[in-house]
Amino acid sequence: MTPLTPTPTTPATAPHTSPERHAAAGPALILVATRKGAWLYRSDAQRQEWEVDGPHFLGHIINHLVLDPRDGRTLLAAASTGHLGPTIFRSTDLGKRWSEATRPPAFAPAADASGRAVNHTFWLTPCHADEPGAWYAGTSPQGLFRSEDGGASWAPFSCINDDADYRRWMGTVQDGTPDGPKLHSILVDPRDPAHLYFAMSGGGVHESRDGGRSFAPLLKGLEVVEGFDVSDPTFHDPHCVRMCPTNPDRLYQQNHCGIYRLDRPGDTWVRIGRAMPAEVGDIGFPLVVHPRDADTAWVFPMDGQSVWPRTSPDGRPAAYVTRDGGERWQRLDDGLPTQQAWWTVKRQAMCADTHEPVGLYFGTTSGELWASADEGASWRCIARHLPEIYAVEAALPA
Amino acid sequence: MKVLIPTPLRSYTDGAREVAAHGATLADVLADLDHQFPGIRFRMIDEQGRTRPHMRIFVNGVAVFDLDRPLADRDEIAIVQALSGG
Repeated sequence: MTPLTPTPTTPATAPHTSPERHAAAGPALILVATRKGAWLYRSDAQRQEWEVDGPHFLGHIINHLVLDPRDGRTLLAAASTGHLGPTIFRSTDLGKRWSEATRPPAFAPAADASGRAVNHTFWLTPCHADEPGAWYAGTSPQGLFRSEDGGASWAPFSCINDDADYRRWMGTVQDGTPDGPKLHSILVDPRDPAHLYFAMSGGGVHESRDGGRSFAPLLKGLEVVEGFDVSDPTFHDPHCVRMCPTNPDRLYQQNHCGIYRLDRPGDTWVRIGRAMPAEVGDIGFPLVVHPRDADTAWVFPMDGQSVWPRTSPDGRPAAYVTRDGGERWQRLDDGLPTQQAWWTVKRQAMCADTHEPVGLYFGTTSGELWASADEGASWRCIARHLPEIYAVEAALPA
Repeated sequence: MKVLIPTPLRSYTDGAREVAAHGATLADVLADLDHQFPGIRFRMIDEQGRTRPHMRIFVNGVAVFDLDRPLADRDEIAIVQALSGG
């Protein structure tokens, strides 16, 4: 391990506090998945100094690296390479030793040439707390899978992988994101394991209330690119959907066409991104929710003008926070470059820990890992020169 | 028969560049390899039975795309990866 000692900075604004909720304390663990491997960053109790553990799987594409919050020690890594098929690696000792899934996510064989093949697993979500060892996976092309044995073996889940409507809404590789159409943002209602959401790029947001036996689109209020049929899920491109931990009836979404909030049992998304500064816009990839305050969420805007550079607007990176459910947004850029920083932050590459105050983390496609120990009021770089960062997850080891 | 393993797959063969496998067809040999080295086949062949992109299998120096290709014990199989890109 290599110790890293960042320069302390002073918060520009006071972080939100909510002492009525349980907050984590002690060291933080940040899991970084990149195009060329995975790294683990461990902090001291103050989240001021960081040690790096890695690379793990050097040269492998790691799309997502997730710690099981139910045991605090099982890691799953969604892996592939440019040349080998996709698989899942598992560790039950926080990455000291890894083993490969005996049956990675794979579509059912088809009788004809129309059968799809998983290109890579993109998203991993632990199932409900009452379902220990169970996981969901979302893949590219879009597929939903479930493991009952801690990620060792996987099977297609639900009807959507082969449902005629869903297959139409999923489109083809031609319709998806540049590195493949994806199923992502698999959300589990902490009050009810049968209440699920997922999103597809493209293909929209979908909900199940029967444990995945059926899903239905949840699109009302969402916009699509001008000229396309807003009623057709095919044309919807949710980039990242999050459920508020302390209010599972509230969802936030960063979409290709803006930032939205949905309060259930309502079914109409509200474009809260309209309140963002016009010169910044409300296009981006990640969205992060506060672990204890459902009114607070963060985004990291990208330039969505003309040819969609998908870089920080005007070369000046910033997170934006709302603390009132999207009525107002505040720019958070203290410590970030003030010019000529053309960053891209992918949809899985920003996260929050559960400390008090909340720590925020994001990784860039140019391989920098940034952290804030004060809810975004100030930022500092804790790692440089990494490969293209795909995903950043905060974890609480046992 | 002899099977040459490319470096990206040697994590399955405990580092061995050459292993022995048996089968009357290429599909049988791949199944035998997977029996000996669990998981190795899926990294080469997808769930629809298609050889993955960038993956080639040569029998006696000739690229073979038909997994039902009959094999003899003296045949030599080379699994090759077309490494490319950055």
